[in-house]
This record gives sequence, C-alpha cells and structure tokens, in this order.
Amino acid sequence: MALLSVRNLHARVGDKDILKGIDLEVGAGEVHAIMGPNGSGKSTLASVLAGRDAYEVTQGEVLLDGKPLLELAPEARAAEGVFLAFQYPVEIPGVGNLHFLRTALNAQRRVKGLEELDAMDFLQMAKEKSKLVQLDAAFMNRSVNEGFSGGEKKRNEIFQMAVLEPRLAILDETDSGLDIDALRTVAGGVNGLRSPQRSMVVITHYQRLLDYIVPDKVHVMAGGRIIRSGGRELALELEEKGYGWLGLQDGKAAATKGGEARR
Amino acid sequence: MTTDTLQELTRRPYAAGFVSAVEADTFPPGLNEDVIRALSEKKGEPPFLLEWRLKSYRHWLTLREPTWQAVTYKPIDYQAISYYSAPRFKPKKDSLDEVDPEILRTYEKLGIPLVEQQRLQNVAVDAVFDSVSVATTFKDKLAKAGVIFCSFSEAVREHPELLRKYLGSVVPHSDNFFAALNSAVFSDGSFVYIPKGVRCPMELSTYFRINAAETGQFERTLIVADEGSYVSYLEGCTAPQRDTNQLHAAVVELVALKGATIKYSTVQNWYPGDAEGKGGIYNFVTKRGIAHERAKISWTQVETGSAITWKYPSVILKGDDSVGEFYSVALTNNLQQADTGTKMVHLGKNTRSTIVSKGISAGRGQNTYRGLVKVLKSAENARNYTQCDSLLLGDKCGAHTVPYIEVKNASAQVEHEASTSKIGEDQLFYCRQRGISQEDAVSMIVNGFCRQVFKELPMEFAVEAQKLLGVSLEGSVG
Repeated sequence: MALLSVRNLHARVGDKDILKGIDLEVGAGEVHAIMGPNGSGKSTLASVLAGRDAYEVTQGEVLLDGKPLLELAPEARAAEGVFLAFQYPVEIPGVGNLHFLRTALNAQRRVKGLEELDAMDFLQMAKEKSKLVQLDAAFMNRSVNEGFSGGEKKRNEIFQMAVLEPRLAILDETDSGLDIDALRTVAGGVNGLRSPQRSMVVITHYQRLLDYIVPDKVHVMAGGRIIRSGGRELALELEEKGYGWLGLQDGKAAATKGGEARR
Repeated sequence: MTTDTLQELTRRPYAAGFVSAVEADTFPPGLNEDVIRALSEKKGEPPFLLEWRLKSYRHWLTLREPTWQAVTYKPIDYQAISYYSAPRFKPKKDSLDEVDPEILRTYEKLGIPLVEQQRLQNVAVDAVFDSVSVATTFKDKLAKAGVIFCSFSEAVREHPELLRKYLGSVVPHSDNFFAALNSAVFSDGSFVYIPKGVRCPMELSTYFRINAAETGQFERTLIVADEGSYVSYLEGCTAPQRDTNQLHAAVVELVALKGATIKYSTVQNWYPGDAEGKGGIYNFVTKRGIAHERAKISWTQVETGSAITWKYPSVILKGDDSVGEFYSVALTNNLQQADTGTKMVHLGKNTRSTIVSKGISAGRGQNTYRGLVKVLKSAENARNYTQCDSLLLGDKCGAHTVPYIEVKNASAQVEHEASTSKIGEDQLFYCRQRGISQEDAVSMIVNGFCRQVFKELPMEFAVEAQKLLGVSLEGSVG
C-alpha cells in the first residue's frame, strides 16, 4: 500500500478551479518530484495536502497510510506525520525558534500519547539535528525566521523537518531563492533525512534541484493535472527541451536557470 | 474563515467577575462639599487635607470633561456615584485576623493570598477593597529597612509631614478634570517612602478591587524614593462583572530624588464589559513621575481590562542625566476602547527617554497610542526613542497612533518608529502545519509581539501577564 494516495483530487479557490483531478501514489521511502510551469497548480497541491483553509476540495480523496486525510485540521495532519517545507517560511517576531519548535514537537507528541520532551532533552536533540543543515546555536535562539536570509529560512525548514521526523515531507520550491552553496547544504540535509519509512514530494520548477535530490519518480503538472509521469530521465529531458516540449507555455521556462527572485 | 475563528478565540469569560458578600458602609450617591467634609471626617484627616480636597473640588467645578481622546461613552452622571464605600469593620490593624474572612477569600480567589506564610516570596502586598486599604503585608520586615509602605489613610495619620510635602507635587490638584476629582474625593491608596540609599528588600505591590456597585474608586498612590534608593512597585486591579459602568479615577505620583530608581509595573484587568459593550470600568487615570538628577523612572503597563482606558503614565525629566521609560501592552477586545500612551518631558541636560508601545486590537476594539515627547530649551543633548507597534486580530477592530513631538533644543535626537501588522493567516497556518493548535498559535504570536514589554516586568508579574493575555484571547474551551 502506498504511504500517500491522492485520488481524483479537485480543489478551488473562490470559484476558480485549480486542481482538476490529481492522481498520485507515493510508496514508503520514495521520493517523487513534481515539476511544472508557473500556475500549473504545484503549490496548490502542497497547500491542499497540508490543509490550508483558503482552498476548497470539491472532489476526490487523499489517504495517508490508508486513512482519510482531508477531514483533519492542519495540526492533526501534522501529528499524523505530514510536514510542509514552505516556499516562503513565515516570520513570527518575538517567538524564539527553539521555543516554537519545542511547542510544535510537544503538541504532536501529546496527540500521539507520548511524554513531552523537557527543555534539556529537547535542546540536546535539537543541537544534534542542527548539524545536518549547519545551523549554529545563536541562530536557533533568534525569533522564528525573523531577519533570516533566504538560505537561512530554507535551512531552518529542513532543520524543523529533522526535529519533527515526519512520515510525509512535502518540499514546496525549497530551491527557490537559493544560491548554489545554499542549495547544496539544503539538499544535503534533505538527503540525510531520506529513509525507508519516509516519503517525500519535492515540488520544483527547475530540474537543478534534482541533481542533488535524486527522485525515484518525476511527474509533470500542467493545468491542474499530472500530464506525464516517468523516471529521473523525464526531468533531464525536460531540462533539455523545456516545457514547450510538452506543449506548455511558461514565461520563465528556462528550466536550468536557478534563482527566482527572493521575496 | 480565519476572521471568524479569531473572533471566536477572542471571546472570553472574565474570571475575576464574581461579587463578594461583604457588608459595606457606603455613602449615598452624590457629590458636594458636605460629602467631602463627611469623607474627610470619617477618615480623621488633618485640616490641611480637608482644605486641599475642598480647593480641588472647587477647581473641579470649573473644569469640563476632556473630549480630545478617541473614545466615546455616555456622559457620566457624577451625582449618581457613591464616593465612599468601605467594608464594615474596624479601621485597619496590623493583624490580618481582623480582616473580614470574606475579603481574604476574595483575594485568595484572585490568586493573591494575603496570609503571609502562603504568599509569593518577597512581595509585600497592600490590598485596597473598594475605597479602603484592608491589609498590608510584610510591614515588619520593611520597617527594618526603614521603608514605609502603608495605606494612604495610615500615612495621613503617621507621616503627615511627608505627605504634606509631596502630595500634589507631581500631579497638582488642578492638573486635569479627573485628577481634580480624585484630589477632592480620593478615599485611600498606597504610600511608599524609601529612605536615602536603601534598596527596597522586596517588591511592593498594591492590589485594587472594586466590589460595591454604583461606586467610584478614587485611590491615590504616592511613592517617594529618596536619594540613591531603589524600589520596584507592582499594581494589579480587578472588578466584578456588572451591567452598569463604574468609574475609576486614580492618581499616581512618583518622586525619584537624585540618583533614585522607581520601577512601576501595572497589570490592569478591570472588568471590560460584556461582548455587547454592556458594563465595564471607565478607567481615567493620571500617572506621572518626576525624575531628579540621575534618577530613573520606568513605567511598565499591561492593560487588558476596562471598557475605557484613558491613561498616560508620564515622566518629567527634571534633573540632568535622568532617564524615563514607558513599556506598554494594551489589549482591546469586543467593544473596549483604549486611548493610552505617555508623556516624556525633557528639562534636564542629557536626559533620555524610551517608549515602547504594543497595541493589540481584537473584536471591535479600538486602540489608540497617544504620546508626547517634549524637549525644552534647557534640555541639551536630550534623546528619545519611540516605538509603536499595533497588532490587529480580525477586520472589525482599529489601531491608531497619535505621536506629538515638540522640540525646542536643536541638539535633541528624537526617533519614532511605528508598525501595524495583522495576525496573518500565513502565520497561523505555519504554526498549525507544525502541529500547534490555532488557539495556542494565536497566544504564541501575541506573546511574541509583546515580548519586549514582558521582559521588563518582574518575574511573577510577567507570568501573570502572559497568562492573562492567553485567557483574554482564549475561546470558551475548558
């Protein structure tokens, strides 16, 4: 049984349909990449899976380990093991990074009936995990994402993922806004978290990221549907020929060029 | 959707809203010179004080209620208020045994046990119930350090010379409408004197409770820190839940002599009225301190209660190198209105002031920061830094910032920063995606927003303030 099953998923914002029937099966331990031009619905898929209010699911279902996911609140999905690495990580002034993360971890542990981690145990664990993405201690005590550079924000997302140990990690354009060194660090962190129990959905506009996080499967989205699926070679072919190859329009189709403008 | 949820989250029960069954000695409503004479006599005051009260009253009659503030309310009928209500028992004694057990229970329910053995360590409490002070704890220990901490009435009897010297020296009887009214009819309050060079060995605290209905509370606090001394003073307030509005018009005067430091912290949780704006305390308060050479006065306030808050704790930086600080969190929910801020008046050379104001508006609450920074000609090299941040929860509330800056000396440096933000869906979703419930997320974000101010509060109070904000924003969940 697949860890994640998305079946005929339709979703919209207001009266605009964005997802128009997505089918996706991700097995345990697999890494799937979802590529596609701007406006194809990639980020919407990530938001719908994580439970963002703004989107209304009109049809279809999503199962995590065979259990329906869509009826759960976002925090309940998180406790079930869904993690979204945000494209634009949010700043929360005055709330310490570690305090935030410990609150989150303990909230999830409570749901699972586990004992909460005390500050000392948590700190030790967090220090260990922070090495994965080379975050130093001073950085961890700053307010959540406040004044972080683009690269720091993305490293912080992966650090959070390492601490929360999700079963399903969705990485939404984690490569956007990163220079090549930061990209390597982040990808290294992600690779360190690959495991037979954990599945990942890596959403990206550019194939560049997939040089570092090598996927088991690649899907191309357009117009709210998956129009093509294949192996690693599909991404390479896309890089070579551009989205135009699949008959797609994309203003920024230079599939090899990194570095979208930082927000 | 998010807006609705926020509205729900900001609906809260008022935990301190109970009424205590205490027999009280209450004046019939109404105000005239006879009432003031009766009040003064009841308290056994010396003639100078009665004269001062009458002078204030006569001046008050010539004043009109201010209208410049951004709050609206039905006219207050000053003849419909009772100007004195006291629990019926003998005037305060040194032993808590003589305090009505019902009153002790009231304070215990509020989390302020007056029985010393059970109390928080190292905080001496003066409890004011309606118009009178009912108990002051730790008096012996304080007396050893030479610190005077007692009710205002007791100070009138025991230390008339100090009182006469400093009463009205910072907030004159003619200062403003509400201060003049207070000067005429104030019933009790706290008095503190810290002798030269003494660091007060514990936090001092006054807890104000309005219990009786149709009663105004007019207390007066006077703190004198003699040269080189230090004191940290805390003030807390609650009132029962009632349908009618009650007036609270207090005056606080601080005198920090050469090299002295006064740190004054308030957690104000008067009954704010219900969700439709019925009932609640009208809080019209005048607070001001005067800082002499190298003295420092620091105001920290967390204002979560009251239907109306009208309050501008200020510092007159009279002496050279004196320092004034104002740290404020004001939360308005439902139909609460707050018009609050500070005045920093720079007279001395090298005087410095810092203002950090955090306004949080929820429901249909309206929150105004109003502040004045005034640098006079004599204030060579004065510095001010002002930061005003507003946080909006939902789309039916308002935040306003009205800074006044008057500079008459070109060497001054005055900085003002302001920001307004909304608890965004983005922030909430980010927290929830990590597993944090919506309610905890709101509370975490709001507490983060206030952190700069909370860190100025003494430990016990910071915890209370955080809890209070949590409760203030909690839904009806258990």
